[in-house]
Amino acid sequence: MNISRRHIMLLLPAAAIAWEHVLAGTPENSPNFRATDHWWGMLLDITKCIGCGSCVRACQNENHVPDDYFRTWVERYVIRDWGFEHIMVDSPDGGKNGFPPPSDNTGKSFFVPKLCNHCADSPCTQVCPVGATFHTPDGVVLVDQTYCVGCRYCIQACPYGCRYFHPTKHVADKCTLCYHRITKGLTTACCEVCPTGARQLADLKDPADPVHEFLKTHSVQVLKPHLATGAKAFYNGLDGSVR
Amino acid sequence: MEGFMYPNEVELQWSVLIVLYPFLTGLVAGAFILASLERVFRVEEVKPTYRLALLTALAFLIVAPMPLQLHLGHPERSLEMLLTPHRSSAMAMFGFVYLWYLMAVLVVEIWLDYRKDIVEMAQSSTGLRRVLYRIMTLGSTNISPEALSLDNRVGWVITIIGIPSAFLLHGYVGFIFGSVKANPWWSTPLMPVVFLFSAMVSGIALVMLVYMLTCAMRKVSIDMRCLDTIAKYLFYTFIIDFTLEMLDLIHRIYEADESFRSLDFMMHTKLFVSQIVLQIFLGTVTPLILLALTQLFPLPVAVRKRIYAFSGCCTLIGILAMRWNVVIGGQLFSKSFLGYTTYKMGFVTREGLAPAIVLVILPFIILYVLIKLLPPWYEELPTPNSASAAD
Repeated sequence: MNISRRHIMLLLPAAAIAWEHVLAGTPENSPNFRATDHWWGMLLDITKCIGCGSCVRACQNENHVPDDYFRTWVERYVIRDWGFEHIMVDSPDGGKNGFPPPSDNTGKSFFVPKLCNHCADSPCTQVCPVGATFHTPDGVVLVDQTYCVGCRYCIQACPYGCRYFHPTKHVADKCTLCYHRITKGLTTACCEVCPTGARQLADLKDPADPVHEFLKTHSVQVLKPHLATGAKAFYNGLDGSVR
Repeated sequence: MEGFMYPNEVELQWSVLIVLYPFLTGLVAGAFILASLERVFRVEEVKPTYRLALLTALAFLIVAPMPLQLHLGHPERSLEMLLTPHRSSAMAMFGFVYLWYLMAVLVVEIWLDYRKDIVEMAQSSTGLRRVLYRIMTLGSTNISPEALSLDNRVGWVITIIGIPSAFLLHGYVGFIFGSVKANPWWSTPLMPVVFLFSAMVSGIALVMLVYMLTCAMRKVSIDMRCLDTIAKYLFYTFIIDFTLEMLDLIHRIYEADESFRSLDFMMHTKLFVSQIVLQIFLGTVTPLILLALTQLFPLPVAVRKRIYAFSGCCTLIGILAMRWNVVIGGQLFSKSFLGYTTYKMGFVTREGLAPAIVLVILPFIILYVLIKLLPPWYEELPTPNSASAAD
């Protein structure tokens, strides 16, 4: 077979695409995982959170989150009994190393762990101009970092402040609900290390998941319900003051 | 930082470059709408600025996407917005709206309007200029009265399409901000309308200033009938713009929803200078009062000229401050409404003050080149001598 220069020129782009495909490799195997069988969310029990910051540390280690940026963090609310209007909130270094004792012990104080709410109608996915942010069939909001243009519209659109601009990759970054773990039957890093079980991964499509019993028997709330984002981070014992 | 911010909120995401984006596109839309006054609405008084307004719009439109491109984390991927746009994203439409406006409206209208001149200049000039003009004729050298009359009719249709397109171009920019429900400072259906009228105000003011400046540079007298008419339109659109902005403000104050305390605090502190002093008093109330004086009293020409020049400058400062207050102001408070951050602008950084200044000066350089290439003056049609003198 005679291959002319003309043929080579025609074949080169196809070869380049093929080579890129080879370099991309095959996706990791998860033979027992079918995305359509799951609908992921998380249960966060404020009455159980002790503000130890283990979840924040575990997340940063597991997902190589850069310093000063957070895929999950813990907030401490202090509400004095004489001034519901003056809420004091702090989250030193995202609560990574726990919290110093509060300056004032009157009133109530509690911890609120935060992470991406993996909203079913997520504003971040809606606004992404190239579709780099997307919903997986099992209800997790992910960012394709090889596709994100770095316009940061999604960061503006997230009402919960869960996204950040990765300082070295120059793309939007956020909690993946440890998708690399949950698709292998594991739980998330933050749930794994929580010493009090305040955080629990929930599969809303799995009838055997204890989340169903919990939702039936507790007053559970999501953050900023008026924004109708379809948030799937369900909070037990959520005070009305939490934003 | 004061109070509590969500930890990822401390860093501002949209910089001074994103302030320039609505500012520059606003000038484009406003300048085009001024040009359409003559073409569609037959306001003959503004004829001397017709071509100048079109060239101004083109110069600013060329620069408008540059701040966005500079701002992107991965500018090399920006074409994906055109190739694989995400249909639910307001931002994904930018490329299409922009290209439509540039290629289907502005360039076509300018070409049709200048076609006769281009053909004549292609015949009368020499050297490189001749080659350039010949390319610009796109092979269409028929300048018979029938052909020119057809140009004129097609141009009229293009302007008719152009007016809603100009509204779309800038109303759409307002929608990008107005549709972010997470941010109460932005989220209002009034945003596109306010953006549109402020765009018209800024564009009219800019063309008025450019007209005065070019007259001074060319040492020709200003057509006061034209200038007075432009100032009158500036005054009227400004009243609508100010009314809408005040409606938005009064509505927020009266409704006083959960974000009000936070936004109110911000207006009294971090945005006091840019919002109250620059935008409202210097940039809106001052030019409105001065322009009202010119409408109410028969002032001498010299006074009117000075008032127009001063009001024009104040207007542009005010509209730039308005864009600043929307873009930067919308990121200074926490979405928890419990704290505030500060914007630290770099100087010679990718998104700093230096590139912002360059991007504001660049359209004027492009406009200078465009004016040299396509003289917008009606009194002197270019001859071979004047064309070579311009070199």
